[in-house]
Amino acid sequence: MSQSNEQRVSRLHGLWALTNRELKKWYKEPILLFMSIIQPVIWMGLFGKAMNLNALFTSTQFQMPPINPPLTPPQLQQLGEFFAGLQSGVMKSTFGTADYFSYMSVGMISFVVLFTTMFSGMSIVWDRRLGFLNKVLSTPVSRGTIIFSKVLSATLRSIVQAAIIVVIAYAFGLQLSPTFNSINILGLFAAIFLICLGLSSLFLMIALRSTRWETQMAVVNLLNLPLMFASNTFFPTSMMPDWIQAIAKINPITYTTDAIRQLLLYNMDVAQLMIDFTYLGIFAAIFTSIGIVLSWRYLSK
Amino acid sequence: MTEDVINAEGLTKVFNKTLVAVDHVNFSVKNGEIFGFLGPNGAGKTTTINMLITILKPTEGTASVLGHDVVKHAREVRNVIGLVPQEYTADEDLTGYENIILCADLYGIRREVSKKRANDLLELVELTDFKDKKVETYSGGMRRRLELACGLINRPRVLFLDEPTLGLDVQTRAATWNYIKLLKKEYDMTLFMTTHYLEEADALCDRIAIIDHGKIIVTGSPMELKNNLGGDIITLSVQQEADISGLVEKIENVKEVKKQDDTYLVKAENGELTAPLIIEALRKKGYVVTKLSLTKPTLNEVYLDYTGKSMRDAEESKESFVSRRITMRRARGR
Repeated sequence: MSQSNEQRVSRLHGLWALTNRELKKWYKEPILLFMSIIQPVIWMGLFGKAMNLNALFTSTQFQMPPINPPLTPPQLQQLGEFFAGLQSGVMKSTFGTADYFSYMSVGMISFVVLFTTMFSGMSIVWDRRLGFLNKVLSTPVSRGTIIFSKVLSATLRSIVQAAIIVVIAYAFGLQLSPTFNSINILGLFAAIFLICLGLSSLFLMIALRSTRWETQMAVVNLLNLPLMFASNTFFPTSMMPDWIQAIAKINPITYTTDAIRQLLLYNMDVAQLMIDFTYLGIFAAIFTSIGIVLSWRYLSK
Repeated sequence: MTEDVINAEGLTKVFNKTLVAVDHVNFSVKNGEIFGFLGPNGAGKTTTINMLITILKPTEGTASVLGHDVVKHAREVRNVIGLVPQEYTADEDLTGYENIILCADLYGIRREVSKKRANDLLELVELTDFKDKKVETYSGGMRRRLELACGLINRPRVLFLDEPTLGLDVQTRAATWNYIKLLKKEYDMTLFMTTHYLEEADALCDRIAIIDHGKIIVTGSPMELKNNLGGDIITLSVQQEADISGLVEKIENVKEVKKQDDTYLVKAENGELTAPLIIEALRKKGYVVTKLSLTKPTLNEVYLDYTGKSMRDAEESKESFVSRRITMRRARGR
């Protein structure tokens, strides 16, 4: 048969074909790309700007209790300076940034990653329902490739979205740290890559068994809220009750967000950054291997 | 080695340890023929196909495609087969051309080769004018043709078609059959198909196996199966009251006479030749035939004869029901 020289079956070929199929739907449909960016932007705008925590510290916000004897003008000025110092001190010690917007806009990157990976899990439910999965399974493409293409497309999408979010946030007043440089951007992408590997494997694992997207949706929503809010995405964990802190400690989103903040906002604490990356690496390794083993089993039943 | 293209021995699939979907079926498909699995929904047709195309592992028994075992040499099997699934699997957000190229990439076919093949196939199924349109704009028949083209991109030696015309209207169905025949001729393949349309099995298949409750009831060419029924049915009435059964039974080729109220059901071979003989014989005895009709048996009668019931829809899982509904809706286009 002349087939053998016409066809060379390489793993990468099928992997890229399947990944590109997912990506094409997205970049060929500017409205989809727009929608996936607009949501975090709205969150940033409303949540980040509305929670103007700095305003708490201006004395006009509340009636000062009367002081006897009345303060002299120099004393008043001193008091004003005291409050101004208190404001930046409290913001710095609580959030590590001068304003809340910088703090949470970076958290939006985790938010985007979470949603993008969630939908990659969803898409395999649809592929199964519409018969596409069976069709692919009857071709020489390996089972692992099918799953990995979903993971890869979610990762690539998240990286592009994260880059766009950083740019938009910067335009709206994100204050980058003095230690920020272009290598940190690579670190940012690395952190996103690791969390995407882990999370999309997790969501795909859940999706493998479910045939109804309603079930998938319910399970995923149940997971999403704790992942999002029992973490440092919107608020520092140190100020949360102990039991939430316990969840946040094992929540990979906490480590992602912290790694991104170390890279973009804070005076980089290298030891802490190493801890973040180690945790993310282990999370990604464990869930990706479980995901691939399970999918192998389940797809070749 | 046998010259059979597909060979199944004692092929069995049990789901969840209790649900026997396919129950020890044996069959072989010869090179170059169109072999059909005919049976109601839920009879085990798709499960059988899924085992042959290596996406389900048999619980028991073995099957081979072109000599490759479907479990041990799944990869070899996948390289030589094509699949036209029951569902519409083309990606709606991509164009027809992009969909074919995607299929080609899954087989690792080099781009220069796949481009040419894609264009040739699109030409054959007459989709060239629509190749750069998104699949969501396609009608049911066009989608079906695109699936056919996708299934052929790796030049398979064996093409599996699962309910190739499910949900299509009668005209589109007939047109689809023509495309299937054309492609088979062009690429010289063996076809294995499933259907629950009796007329489809009759029109397309060289040989069929009737399957019900996971078991093959009978195998043969549509003609053989129909002839095995014992011939045609002649229905007649006479003016007179007297019972003429005895008289008709003696006529050449007549197999059986049944009286139902005042009409007689005569089973006879070569009905069109026997009917005049019956009229002649009755006239000689002074009987007047008032009504006469001749029915050639269809596969429906065959099915009825072997299973004792009309084609019925068996219970099916919710999942397959939903996917069937989606298929039907898309077939009708929007």
